[in-house]
Amino acid sequence: MNGIHDLGGMHGFGLIKSEKNEPVFHADWERRVMALFPATFLFAGYTVDEFRHCIENMGAAGYLESSYYEHWLHVYEEILDKRGFVTRAEMDKRIAEILNGEK
Amino acid sequence: MAQHHGNPRESDPAIRTEALESLLVEKGLVDRSAMDAVVDLFENKIGPRNGARVIARAWVDPAFKSRLLTDGTDAIKELGFSGLQGEDMVVVENTPSVHNVIVCTLCSCYPWPTLGLPPVWYKSAPYRARVVSEPRSVLKEFGLELPESVEVRVWDTTAELRYLVLPERPEGTELMSEEQLALLVTRDSMIGVSKALSSPTK
Repeated sequence: MNGIHDLGGMHGFGLIKSEKNEPVFHADWERRVMALFPATFLFAGYTVDEFRHCIENMGAAGYLESSYYEHWLHVYEEILDKRGFVTRAEMDKRIAEILNGEK
Repeated sequence: MAQHHGNPRESDPAIRTEALESLLVEKGLVDRSAMDAVVDLFENKIGPRNGARVIARAWVDPAFKSRLLTDGTDAIKELGFSGLQGEDMVVVENTPSVHNVIVCTLCSCYPWPTLGLPPVWYKSAPYRARVVSEPRSVLKEFGLELPESVEVRVWDTTAELRYLVLPERPEGTELMSEEQLALLVTRDSMIGVSKALSSPTK
C-alpha cells in the first residue's frame, strides 16, 4: 500500500517533539479507545492486519492531522458499522443526545 | 491532534468515544470492568521496568545474554514477559562499534510486554520519516552524538517481529547488583535513542 502511512524517508516533517515524563494516556477517552481494542477484537472478528489497513485508508490529511488514538477510533467506527454492530446512524443519534445533555 | 475550545463538537474524539462505548455496553457487546482492567494493565502494570530487568539480567549473566541474542522471545519469557505484541522478539546488541535504533515506519509496532505502550514521539511522522534516512541527526536531537566510527543500524519493525535494543553496560558499574543495574536502563535506551544511564536519576 503506497499510502501516507508509509512515512520512512519522507521529507518536510521537522523536529521530533518529545514530552518529558509523558503519561501513558493524555486524556480519559484515550484510555477507553485503547481498551476498546481487545474488547471489540473479541466479538467483531477482525484481524490486526484489517485494523492497520483501515487506518492506511483514512485519507492522507486526516491521517496526519488526527492523533494516534483518533486513528483507532476511526477503525472502530468503520469496522463496527460495516459489520452492522454499531451503525453510523446509531452513532450520530447518540452523539446528538450527548451534545444535547440527554445522555 | 483535534482540540476543542468552548463547545464540544460531534467530531470531538471524547464525544465519539463516549457514544461508541455507551452503545456497545447497552448492546451487551463489551464489558466495562474488563475494559477497566485493560486500562489498569497498560497504565500501571506493563512498562519499561520489564525490559530493564531483561537487560540487567543480560548484563550480569553471560549465558542468559547468549540466549537472549539467539532467541529473544524464549529468553524474555524466562523472566515472565510474553504475549500481545511481543510474540516474536529479536534483541539487538549495542557494542562500542555498533549502535542500534528501532522504529516502525508504517505505524507504531512496539514490544508491549517489555516496554509497555509507545510514547507519542515514536508514533509520530517526524520520527518515523527521519530515523531511517538520517538517524544520526535524529539521535543528536535526543542528545546522543556518536562518532563516525560507530556504525548505526536502524531496524524497521515488521508486522510480526518486535525489536529490543540491548544497550551497552555503562562503565564503573561492576559492583552494582542486578536490581541497581535495572535502574540504569531507560526506555529510550531500549529503543536506541539514548544510552543507558551511568548512575540512577530520580
